Amino acid sequence: MQTNNSLSLANPHPPQLNWAQKLSLALGALGGLILLVAIAAPSDLNMQSWLWPSLGLLTASGLLYTYFTYKDKPAGIKNDGNFFSSLSHRGVVGWVLGIIITGFYVLLYYFESYLGFNENGANTGLVQMFDPLSMFLKGKAASQWFVYGVLYTVAILVMGVKFIVKYRHNKYQVLRTISVMFFQLAFAFLIPEILEGLNSDKAYFAKDMKNMWPLNYYFFEDWHLDNMLSGGGLGMFMLVLGIAMIFIISPILTYFYGKRWYCSWVCGCGGLAETAGDPFRHLSSKKLIAWKIERWMIYAVLAIIIFVTGMVLYTYFTGQAQILFLNTYTLRSAYGFWIGAAFSGVIGVGFYPILGSRVWCRFGCPMAAILGLQQRFFSRFRITTNGGQCISCGNCSTYCEMGIDVRWYAQRGQNIVRASCVGCGICSAVCPRGVLRLENGPVNEDRFGEPKPIIIGRDEVGILS
Amino acid sequence: MKILIIGNGIAGITAARHIRKNSDHEIIVISGETDHFYSRTALMYIFMGHMRFEETKPYEDWFWMKNRIQLYRAWVETVDTDQKHVILDNGKSMSYDKLIIATGSSSNYFGWPGQDLKGVQGLYNMMDLEELEKNAQHCKHAVIVGGGLIGIELGEMLHSRHIPVTFLIREDSYWNNVLPPGESAMVSKHIREHGFNLITSKNLGEIIGDERGCVTGIKIKETGEEIECDLVGITAGVHPNIEFIKSSKIDTNRGVLVNHYLETNIPDVYAIGDCAEFKEPIAGRRPIEQVWYTGRMQGEVLAQNIVGNRQPYRPGPWFNSAKFLDIEYQTYGMVMPKLKEGEESLYWEHPDGKMCVHIVYQPADKKFIGINTFGIRMRHHLFDQWLREEQSVEYVLRNLRAANFDPEFCKMYEREIIQQYNQQTGSSVYLQSKRSFSSVLSFLKK
Ligand SMILES: Cc1cc2nc3c(=O)[nH]c(=O)nc-3n(C[C@H](O)[C@H](O)[C@H](O)COP(=O)(O)OP(=O)(O)OC[C@H]3O[C@@H](n4cnc5c(N)ncnc54)[C@H](O)[C@@H]3O)c2cc1C
Ligand code: SF4
Ligand code: SF4
Repeated sequence: MQTNNSLSLANPHPPQLNWAQKLSLALGALGGLILLVAIAAPSDLNMQSWLWPSLGLLTASGLLYTYFTYKDKPAGIKNDGNFFSSLSHRGVVGWVLGIIITGFYVLLYYFESYLGFNENGANTGLVQMFDPLSMFLKGKAASQWFVYGVLYTVAILVMGVKFIVKYRHNKYQVLRTISVMFFQLAFAFLIPEILEGLNSDKAYFAKDMKNMWPLNYYFFEDWHLDNMLSGGGLGMFMLVLGIAMIFIISPILTYFYGKRWYCSWVCGCGGLAETAGDPFRHLSSKKLIAWKIERWMIYAVLAIIIFVTGMVLYTYFTGQAQILFLNTYTLRSAYGFWIGAAFSGVIGVGFYPILGSRVWCRFGCPMAAILGLQQRFFSRFRITTNGGQCISCGNCSTYCEMGIDVRWYAQRGQNIVRASCVGCGICSAVCPRGVLRLENGPVNEDRFGEPKPIIIGRDEVGILS
Repeated sequence: MKILIIGNGIAGITAARHIRKNSDHEIIVISGETDHFYSRTALMYIFMGHMRFEETKPYEDWFWMKNRIQLYRAWVETVDTDQKHVILDNGKSMSYDKLIIATGSSSNYFGWPGQDLKGVQGLYNMMDLEELEKNAQHCKHAVIVGGGLIGIELGEMLHSRHIPVTFLIREDSYWNNVLPPGESAMVSKHIREHGFNLITSKNLGEIIGDERGCVTGIKIKETGEEIECDLVGITAGVHPNIEFIKSSKIDTNRGVLVNHYLETNIPDVYAIGDCAEFKEPIAGRRPIEQVWYTGRMQGEVLAQNIVGNRQPYRPGPWFNSAKFLDIEYQTYGMVMPKLKEGEESLYWEHPDGKMCVHIVYQPADKKFIGINTFGIRMRHHLFDQWLREEQSVEYVLRNLRAANFDPEFCKMYEREIIQQYNQQTGSSVYLQSKRSFSSVLSFLKK
């Protein structure tokens, strides 16, 4: 069966790309190359005029590729060759891509000067390339975070279009994707950048209204609280909204709709995973052991961020940074380094082609942990299974990016009520027998669809008395 | 007690799991095809690259040892019910106290000239899939003979590798020995839209080969026309895989004969799944049931029987599902290809030809008989209940929306369907229930 178990780097059935698809991809490679040149070029080379050509090529590449890939195909599930493709099944292309993204994240988080960011003078290289756009939006030169924001937004928008075309027969998928594209473009990118420009006289505080604590781990740090308090009307608004999001808005929405309202409709990390990460969703591990590790890890991160935030608030209110042997400043910077940057960015996105698209969301995100706990114990959301129709084929489990073994539940007629489910609805979309439906219903009644010994389809077994 | 199960398909494995759940008997499962239980229904997805073999296994490999279900890889060659043992292809013999035969099916070949040529194959098991990998490698054109559910899957598989496919079917429209004309026409159209060459009302005459024994084409019986091809997929149905039982004292016909308790004529020997044939068919059902869920249900019932909770197999209302390329199909109750005496039908089709709903009822007492739905998912629990309650067609129509199982935000067509019923019958039924989960629960609690 060697031909089926395409574990190797060799590819037994090369996807047959036609010339138009190849040309589209070549455009994208060119666009990417410009970015690489900007990183590697000598610092006196001004590449500002290359920004639009580069972004334009990347966008055109994605859109044209989508067009040529799907134009002749009737609407329907398109997973052909996923386990044969070098890109989507850990072949050479996948590894190379993984290394490139990981490398970019390492530069971004730890070596921003290599990207051309200069805190005390003019930018060079890649960051300089984005200066004009940054000037236009907020009247300031770009930073590496601005570069990152633009590229991130372009990725979600372009790959979002691809996703929508791919799943165009499924309205849930279409609306959900329009939603993440909108929240990324407006809430994560444009509005914060513009507000930043309008408040350039005030010290920095986060202006992404949907990015709440603990995903935004520095929300309660003293400098951030201070900057919000001295940030005028907008600062106060962000402070009040930030707290309301945590304690009022989010619990209410999660009660009614499950954590999906955030994780697969609004969140930026989720947005990237659902769009750019879609070709890699089947790489998540479905093993029981992975679920065990997941539970340890994600709740550990949650415990750590709660602890760190507690310490940070202690410092804020008492002015003391040292508690016994712990220094709250060391703690928070350690969290920022290891979890905020290394885990969520470098591993979370860099390892898409290796570990699947939701590594951070599944193993690390403390926001997902909180929403998940609520989803598991106090929410109307569940995935219902359709009686006896399941044929145990495994499509649902395979394409669950969160590594939930959906089939385990479906084949025994039990509903899926899992903390980690982000409600992406892909399991339901790929099921060839119409077995799964995401639903909101009464909390206590039949939410779990008790594991029946006998699935419906025949008269109940008379239990031996 | 030592329970020996031949076959690790859905029937045998379900029996094993439920015997384990309810008892401490020693359980051994022998199977020649694979080491572990996998989902036969997912064979196509392996070939198409949607999954690997790994993903089609419903349980991880440690599951069996943990549940003390011993797996043994071998083919059983003979069954000796006097000695109470079986003999394996490796020469070993294995004794049992109770024997469960769950050996599934084999593909039908109807003795066509040339059917043994290289490049001619069926699609039922892993061996077939491996063979297909080889045959498809340099295939320029494939002909599929017989247009059932496996035929269309095979066609879709080959298409995913960009191999042009010709479908040769006896019927004058796809699968219309099972589907009513409306549905069959719609699916035929969809098949052609995907670029298949669908040839109807024609039989296979012979398969032609070259001097190396490889397929080079087929000849159509009626016209003598030849079609060049290097792969011939034979998907003209399946039959119980019981050759090796025939020499034993176990009664067989087409399948292993069993009563409603799944017992054969020999004490302590049972048969379930595709290979079992009911001596007296269960009312309204076929004597041999060759679908996934009936194998599962028979496995469950037999397990109960073996652990001492003796009871007959009593399947509830019929249901099934399939997928034709992009169009999903579900059925509940009995929708026959031709209306029976005293039946009337309501057939609604969406203008884009990708969705239809076909409801059959008895006009005399308005009793609801069954529903076929294409491109719209329906809720099994509700139809199961309504069929048991023998509800009227108007009741079903009024509440159709509660049974809609499509993803959220999908466009719903219950109003159009009801409108058509009203026009057709001059009634004035209107949509009553909502799709909310509470509304579903209100039915189920009754
Ligand atoms: C391609 C394909 C698609 C299908 N799709 C659907 C579908 O969508 N829905 C549906 O309801 N049904 C479907 N079916 C039918 C369904 O798979 C069968 O009804 C079901 O698998 C039968 O289960 P079983 O346990 O009776 O037998 P099987 O699954 O056939 O298992 C029998 C096992 O017995 C073993 N065995 C046989 N003889 C011996 C021997 N002498 N010694 C040792 N071991 C032996 C074989 O190795 C085999 O593993 C499909 C079938 C195929 C081939
Ligand atoms: S995809 Fe559907 S039929 Fe397949 S295992 Fe999952 S729920 Fe069952
Ligand atoms: S269980 Fe389904 S809806 Fe939930 S995360 Fe997995 S694929 Fe998405």
